[in-house]
Amino acid sequence: MSQQAVNGISHRGRVLTLDSMNPNVKRVEYAVRGPIVQRAVQIEKELKEGVKKPFTEVIKANIGDAHAMGQKPITFFRQVLALCSYPALLEDSKFPEDVKKRAQRILEACGGHSIGAYSTSQGIECIRQDVARYIEKRDGGIPSNPDNIYLSTGASDAIVTILKLLVCGEGRDRTGVMISIPQYPLYSAALADLGAVQINYYLDEDNCWSLNIAELRRALNAAREHCNPRVLCIINPGNPTGQVQSRQCIEDVIRFAKEEHLFLMADEVYQDNVYAEGCQFHSFKKVLFEMGPEYSNTVEMASFHSTSKCYMGECGFRGGYMEVINLDPEVKAQLIKLVSVRLCPPVPGQALLDLVVNPPQPDEPSYATFMTERTAVLSTLAEKARLTEQIFNTVPGITCNPVQGAMYTFPCITLPQKAIDKAKELGLVPDMFYCMRLLEEDGICLVPGSGFGQREGTYHFRMTILPPTDKLKVVLQKIREFHLRFTQEFS
Amino acid sequence: MWNMKQLEYGALARRANRIKDELRQGVRKPYKEVIDVFQGDLHGAGMKPLTFVRQVLAACVYPPLINSNNLPLDVRQRAQEELGRCVGGSVGSYSAAAGIPEIVHSISEFIKRRDGGIPSHPENIYISPGSQWSISNILNVLVNREASPRTGVLIPVPFYNKTVLSITQLGAVTVPYYLSEEQGWALQVDELQRALESAKGVCNPVALYVINPGNPAGYVQSQKSVQEVIRFAWEKRLFLLVDELYQDCVYGENCEFVSYKRTLSEMGPPFSGTVELASFHSVSKGFLGECGLRAGYVELVNLDPAVMKHIHTLSSKDSCTPILGQIALDLMTDPPKPGDPSYPLYKQEIEHIRAVLVHNVKRVHEVINSLPGFSCPPLEGGLFAFPRLNLTPKAIQKAKELGLQPDTFYCTRLLEEGGVFTGPGWEYGQKEGTYHIRFCIAAPQDVMEELLRRLSSFHMTFMKDFS
Repeated sequence: MSQQAVNGISHRGRVLTLDSMNPNVKRVEYAVRGPIVQRAVQIEKELKEGVKKPFTEVIKANIGDAHAMGQKPITFFRQVLALCSYPALLEDSKFPEDVKKRAQRILEACGGHSIGAYSTSQGIECIRQDVARYIEKRDGGIPSNPDNIYLSTGASDAIVTILKLLVCGEGRDRTGVMISIPQYPLYSAALADLGAVQINYYLDEDNCWSLNIAELRRALNAAREHCNPRVLCIINPGNPTGQVQSRQCIEDVIRFAKEEHLFLMADEVYQDNVYAEGCQFHSFKKVLFEMGPEYSNTVEMASFHSTSKCYMGECGFRGGYMEVINLDPEVKAQLIKLVSVRLCPPVPGQALLDLVVNPPQPDEPSYATFMTERTAVLSTLAEKARLTEQIFNTVPGITCNPVQGAMYTFPCITLPQKAIDKAKELGLVPDMFYCMRLLEEDGICLVPGSGFGQREGTYHFRMTILPPTDKLKVVLQKIREFHLRFTQEFS
Repeated sequence: MWNMKQLEYGALARRANRIKDELRQGVRKPYKEVIDVFQGDLHGAGMKPLTFVRQVLAACVYPPLINSNNLPLDVRQRAQEELGRCVGGSVGSYSAAAGIPEIVHSISEFIKRRDGGIPSHPENIYISPGSQWSISNILNVLVNREASPRTGVLIPVPFYNKTVLSITQLGAVTVPYYLSEEQGWALQVDELQRALESAKGVCNPVALYVINPGNPAGYVQSQKSVQEVIRFAWEKRLFLLVDELYQDCVYGENCEFVSYKRTLSEMGPPFSGTVELASFHSVSKGFLGECGLRAGYVELVNLDPAVMKHIHTLSSKDSCTPILGQIALDLMTDPPKPGDPSYPLYKQEIEHIRAVLVHNVKRVHEVINSLPGFSCPPLEGGLFAFPRLNLTPKAIQKAKELGLQPDTFYCTRLLEEGGVFTGPGWEYGQKEGTYHIRFCIAAPQDVMEELLRRLSSFHMTFMKDFS
């Protein structure tokens, strides 16, 4: 008999409570938008209401959002997308011919010639073909099959979809997924949500965050005791660490994956963000195929890319794709079913992706402006990467590895024991305590290293290198001053 | 393990795409183009987007247009407003996970206006990339995969198959309750009761999923029916999941859309303060038809605050809904008003769409019911027709020989020979031994006439072939 009220006075308990809800969801955390950001938003509100603080604005250097920090969109992309949104503009002579041609091509591929129609769940076919061609060009001619390309709502969506496919089993057989420490917390959040087993392998901070096969092996062997390791995730260029893996390293990882029968997930969303001399982006797909058929015919892999980073910074469009290699046909059928549940990826994002993989060519009217804009964005980022490393390394108690690529710095901070004790008193993780103080005193929002994972007893923070150069210089200065103050206070 | 039903999934869609390709390459067929009414895709079927919406979006995407005299003043002002709400003034930035706060607020005001002044709280609203995304998220919180017995969700038959996929992929069990075809697909509480009983010993039902107006069945629940369902959910301790995507698509005489939120609130205590409700809406249907933009929202009522915190964290890892979709949501919930320069055109376009739908609904009903072996009740609302096929034993036999569900066989033939792409009833669920097809009725009038012409011609031939 249910808890029915006889007299109309309800004692009906809630259906959905902390006890009855999916326990996995309770374990999900996402530091990039976590408690420190919530406090930052609160402070912004207070500033708006006129509350006096030692600063006039909160600088949100927590999230990899380039436009939020003032980076300008690429003109060509926005012009084509505007025409796709409102095709009457095709008659407007102010738009260059190549912009009009592109918009027309995209619209022709859309149902009813509208970006408001559903596309197939896998994504508009001619766009997938363009993506395949882009990959082929990027990888020196190694063929890419459009059927293996799945467009998605940002790379995150594709990453979660593949994990959903891979995670299975119960108890000791539950799928284990190897992720780098430090990692981008989407991975840990997704693994918690799916109830998968997270297997941590540590990147080597003393060697510029490089990946060590011996460490991979250690982590794998330890994990075999309690789960079924099936997946190895790599982020290259790295987030939060910014390292760009060497070609040798990528080969070693592929070899390891083959030996240990692991599915490789290569998160390559920062592939255009490479700054350091001597560093070069090598796609996992390319290296895999250059290793010969013994590897390229067997290793199962998914590579991910998106329109949110690189020089485009179009996070708000939620464009992305994954390329799958050597997937079992039955699994592919399951994959199609999985992606169909959410109907299709956003069509404007698909259109944008098409432009990214198919940018203006040298003989086209928009080429010059496009190249100028693209070069400006990437060179500014490179400059800021150097500046950040340089300045942080002048601060006693902060050590910063070179920002070889991506958009972040993840310096190591030395915290006085008294500060660590104070943090514990307040029930805070030490680097959260540090970052909260920085937020309250200087209005700078960073994400504590604990949100990404780090070796026990070490502390870090992640800061984006996205604020405009002048502002970034101020931010670096303020952090330096804060760090010295903080160290002094707790000495 | 794969069974025949699962293998069929998507096969018809693939065949339709192949035929479209063949036509593009110039292959000769009895028709020049495929009439694709398989999904509730207004633009795909040839309906036009709203001019105001697209002008604002274009100006948001390419802000120099804000200074263009070719766009009406209110469009330019609105675009400026929307951009002002975007971080860094760009639609390329992330927004807050739950959605741009001003747009979330706009949605809450829309809900309040719609529901006769009953307040709606912005903290209870989450914007997501389409309603199915929201539905998946809420189901994810509700379904405890490790629970024994497994979590059950009551679903209407016929149902919307994407949601059912979400449910089963999460490891929950569907508990079907049959809508009454004889009564225009009415939802009967007795049947809800029967379904609940059938779950005993099989699973633990925690939620009741309702679609109003219906999909694929074109009913609109009366207020009395909504009250009955709420009362049932209260008595039996069920979480209410209500898909209200078609709230703007109501045609039947004496039919009116009344939201579950409003009804719940007006029922007063003990219901209003206790029944947990999630209502879903999106920009994909109604007058906007912007399926491709992927934006919808959920309004949560009476949820445990501690659970809400986790829902918030869960949505944050998905980063955010596409900004253009969010802006479309804002334009949907806060459209041009009388006096605005864009209002006359906006009103004209809305009225045109409405007139087309009303006309199509009437024509579909007329034509289907004039054909032997084909029947359908009057469409009260929604965007689909779900007529009943009375297939002959010969046809059914032939289907079985080919290893196909009988209505899939019909739809396949209709696609190949008639160039009309519809969905077979079995994909949406139906009483054993009955057959249906589903097709979208939101298409320009001339397309609908052509569809009905081809359908009639094919149907007569088919019935004759298998008489």
